[in-house]
Order: sequence, then structure tokens, then C-alpha cells
Amino acid sequence: MADMRTPLSRARGLGSAKKGTEHFWMQRVTALANIPLTVFLVGALVVHAGSDYTTMTGFLGHPFIGVVMLLLIFSACYHMRLGLQVVIEDYVHGEATKLLALIANQFFTLTIAVACALAVAKLVIG
Amino acid sequence: MSEQSKPARPLSPHIQIYRWTLTMMLSILHRATGVALYAGTALMAWWLLAAASGPEAYAHVQAVSSAWYGRLVLFGYTWALFHHMFGGIRHFIWDTGRGFDLKHVEILARITAFVPPLLTLGVWIAAYAYLGVL
Repeated sequence: MADMRTPLSRARGLGSAKKGTEHFWMQRVTALANIPLTVFLVGALVVHAGSDYTTMTGFLGHPFIGVVMLLLIFSACYHMRLGLQVVIEDYVHGEATKLLALIANQFFTLTIAVACALAVAKLVIG
Repeated sequence: MSEQSKPARPLSPHIQIYRWTLTMMLSILHRATGVALYAGTALMAWWLLAAASGPEAYAHVQAVSSAWYGRLVLFGYTWALFHHMFGGIRHFIWDTGRGFDLKHVEILARITAFVPPLLTLGVWIAAYAYLGVL
């Protein structure tokens, strides 16, 4: 069978990432999930605009709210990791800087997700 | 692209050459708001961690979020969120293959540009009403 790869693809030798349309698809799925989840958060923050510490933590500590908050955190962090990845790939051209930026993107988004998730878990369980 | 394969021919002009259009501005703003929201999640993490840490840590968040500069950032955050959301919905419509003709592109552009600021104002009026200020 003839080699269908481009000369550039052969020179780079990176092969297929075997990911296909996963990036595109997950970007859309998380975008869709983000709509109701962020509307919920904005609505909750409006209603709690004047709430003190006890009221706010009581609200955030409710298991149902905790579930929604966790979904929001994971969906938003996944979505923004994909988004910034594209921005980096578009604008950062140096190979080393690009790789470092892509890794920093992974680290940052995962750190935010873990930090928020741990806080929510403590508010619900702790 | 590697150095030796750089072509010695004219390249296409960059953005400063073109006349500004609404659709072009929205394309740039969609990215810009996305990046801003990305950085803004650090504020959400700070807020949630403070709430989980205790009343003293939470008081710091409240002090900053009720100061004028905190309010300004949160107001911008609200707008960025709605703007990016409406931009995303516009992309969902395009994903179905609809709305690519000039007339609908212009209609969608106007909705994306002008509805989010109104929603942002609405949200803040509601928030101030809950605060008891209005």
C-alpha cells in the first residue's frame, strides 16, 4: 500500500495521535455542559450577593449544590484546557516554548480543578 | 516551518491591513474572553478555597469583592462569561451548517455583540437588588 503521509509528516515522525476528532468533540460537549452550569452559578451568586459566610457555606455545603459545582469545575477546566491549547498552538511557534506552554496549560487547569474540587468536597463533607 | 523551507514570496497581509468589521471583532473577542475566563478561574478557586478554609479567609475575599476594583473585575468577568457563551451558541448554530449566509452572519453578530452587555447589566441590577442597595 502506498504511503499516504506527507513528506513533512514523515520528517517529523510523530505519527498519528490516534485522537481523531476527540478534541473537537469534547470541546463541544463541555461547551454545551457549561451553558446551564454557568447560568446556575451566576444565578446562585446573584441570589447570594448579600449573603454572609454562614449562609454561603451552608449553601455550598448542600450535596445537590456540591454535585453541580463539581460538574461545573470539571467541565469548565476541561473546556479551557482545550481552548488554551489551541491558542498556544496558534501563536507560540518555538518548539521548546510551545511544549512548555502546553505543559503549563495542563498543570494550571488540573491544579484549578483539583483545588476547586477539594474545596467543594470539604464544604459538603467537612 | 523550518528555516530552509521558508518561501521567498509575499505573504498574505496581517490584520492591521483590513477594514474592521463586527464579525472580525467578535472572532477576536471570543478568544480574548476565553483567555480572560481561563485566568479568572483562579478567582473562583480562591473564593471556594477561602470558603472551605474558614470565616477569616472568606472575609478577605469579601473585602476584595466588595471593593470598587473587585466589583469592576467581577463586572468584566460577568460580561466575558456571557459574551463567550453567546459566541459559543453562535458556533453551535454554525456547527449545524446553518447561518453562513451574509444576512444571518450579520444578525448573529449583532445578537452576540449587544445581548451580553444587556444581560450583564440585568444580572448586576438583580445582584444589587438582592444586596438591598436598590
